[in-house]
Parts: sequence; C-alpha cells; structure tokens
Amino acid sequence: MKKIIADREIDVNEEGYLVDFKQWDKEVCRSLAEEEGISMTERHWDVIEYLQDKHQKEEPLSIRGIKKSGVINIKEFYSLFPGGPLKKSTLIAGIPKPKSCI
Amino acid sequence: MSETTIKQKSETEVKEVSKTQVKKMLFILSKGTLENAYAAFVMANGARMEGIEAEIFFTFFGLEAIQKKKLEHLHTATVGNPALHMPTMLGGLPGVEALATKMMKKEMEKLDMPPISEFLEILSDSGCKLWGCKLAIDMFHLEREDLIDELDGVLTIGDFYGRANEEGTHLLFI
Repeated sequence: MKKIIADREIDVNEEGYLVDFKQWDKEVCRSLAEEEGISMTERHWDVIEYLQDKHQKEEPLSIRGIKKSGVINIKEFYSLFPGGPLKKSTLIAGIPKPKSCI
Repeated sequence: MSETTIKQKSETEVKEVSKTQVKKMLFILSKGTLENAYAAFVMANGARMEGIEAEIFFTFFGLEAIQKKKLEHLHTATVGNPALHMPTMLGGLPGVEALATKMMKKEMEKLDMPPISEFLEILSDSGCKLWGCKLAIDMFHLEREDLIDELDGVLTIGDFYGRANEEGTHLLFI
C-alpha cells in the first residue's frame, strides 16, 4: 500500500506501519506523529532513537524492556504516547509493530 | 495448513483487533495460583498496551498476589490439574509442586515475563488500577501494610461495579 506522508509516497502495510525503513526520516516521523495527535518533543525523539536502536540490534521490544531501558520510565512512556504506547511509538519510529503479548 | 494460509489469517485477526469496541476491562482475580495471576496480569497489561483501560479486583485467594510476603511464592497446582499430565499421587509428593512451579517460572523468564512483584509495578505504572476486596481482606484479617504499596485502595464489590461506568466495559472473573 502507498500512502502520502510528508508530501511523499511511502510504502506502508494495512495498519499504516512503514514497510521500508529507508523511507523514514524526521519529516516523515513528525507527520506520522501528528496523525496520532502527538507533537514531537526532545523526549519523544529519545524514545524513537531507543526503539530504532533496539530494532537494528534485532532485540524484541516489550514494556518490561522499556522499564529497564534507562531512557524512559513506563509512566512517562504512557504519557508521551497515549492510547497504546508501544504500538504508536513503533509506528512513528518507522519500525514493525511488536509481536509480543507482553 | 500451509504457511501462507496462517499468515493471511493472522493479518485479518490483527485488523480486527485494531477496531476493538472494548474500552475498559475489569478483572476479578479470585485464585491464588501462578497461572491465574499471570492470566489476569498479561490480559490487563495487554489491554493498557492497546489503549484500553484496565483494573484488577483481588478477592479471596487472589489476594495472595498482592500480599507482600506471599506474592513471590505463588505456585502452580500439581494436584487436580489434568493439564500437567502428571499422576495425582505423584503431584502430591513433597517438592513436586515447587519443582513444577520452578520449571514454569524458568520458561516464563525465557519469554521475558516479569516476576509477580515487577509485573505489579509495571501494571501500576501503566495506569492499571489495583483494588483489594474489602470482604476478603476482613475475612483473612489482613492489614493495609500486609498489602503492596501500589494498591489503589480497598473496595466493596458494589464499588467495583461502579467502576464499570462507560460503554464498552467488560468484566472478567478469573
């Protein structure tokens, strides 16, 4: 599926997750965040960077991992990305939706 | 079933999940076994992760999961549990239940499932409300200090029903 994000044609899956991370940049990120009603702050960027780093290392993402991350605590994570934090933050970060049940 | 069929099926399911009408999940945990506590915790956490509100009401033996001194000692039953495929006589021998529990905890750790105390912290930080049942707390002669600090309060069942205050609320007894 193609979707216009930040005036560009981007490949996404049915849930709106980027298919090719190479198409991701900060402009796309801001635009995706806006769609979710989130305006990016420095703290949001810290989280995005952490998630992308984990993804690159092929380490699975979980809420427990967030707790241990040293980057952010769970309370702040929920307040930065309200309404499904890991789901929304990974979408904005341009990486696949985590498959874990925890 | 071929691999493609499985893949297609899971994608349809995912699409259905994203359109959920569930707004709030209220769990009543009445049992004190390891697997029942985890069932409630995983579902409550899963709800929060999907942007669904979640609350847990701990009653009767479910109170074991929020007692400071007991919560790390929950067991899985080896007697009267046919799913373990263990002869009942064997399940009753000293140490068998502890061993089965240890093995189960090891498998859970492999899947990065947090221990009970850490799970309660995660739930509380995630905005999941944790309630104690007044009647059961009185019955077991428990004091507030016996219970975890994260507990949001002690409620009657009537108060708990009052928490089901919006459309799309579901109650689940475990």
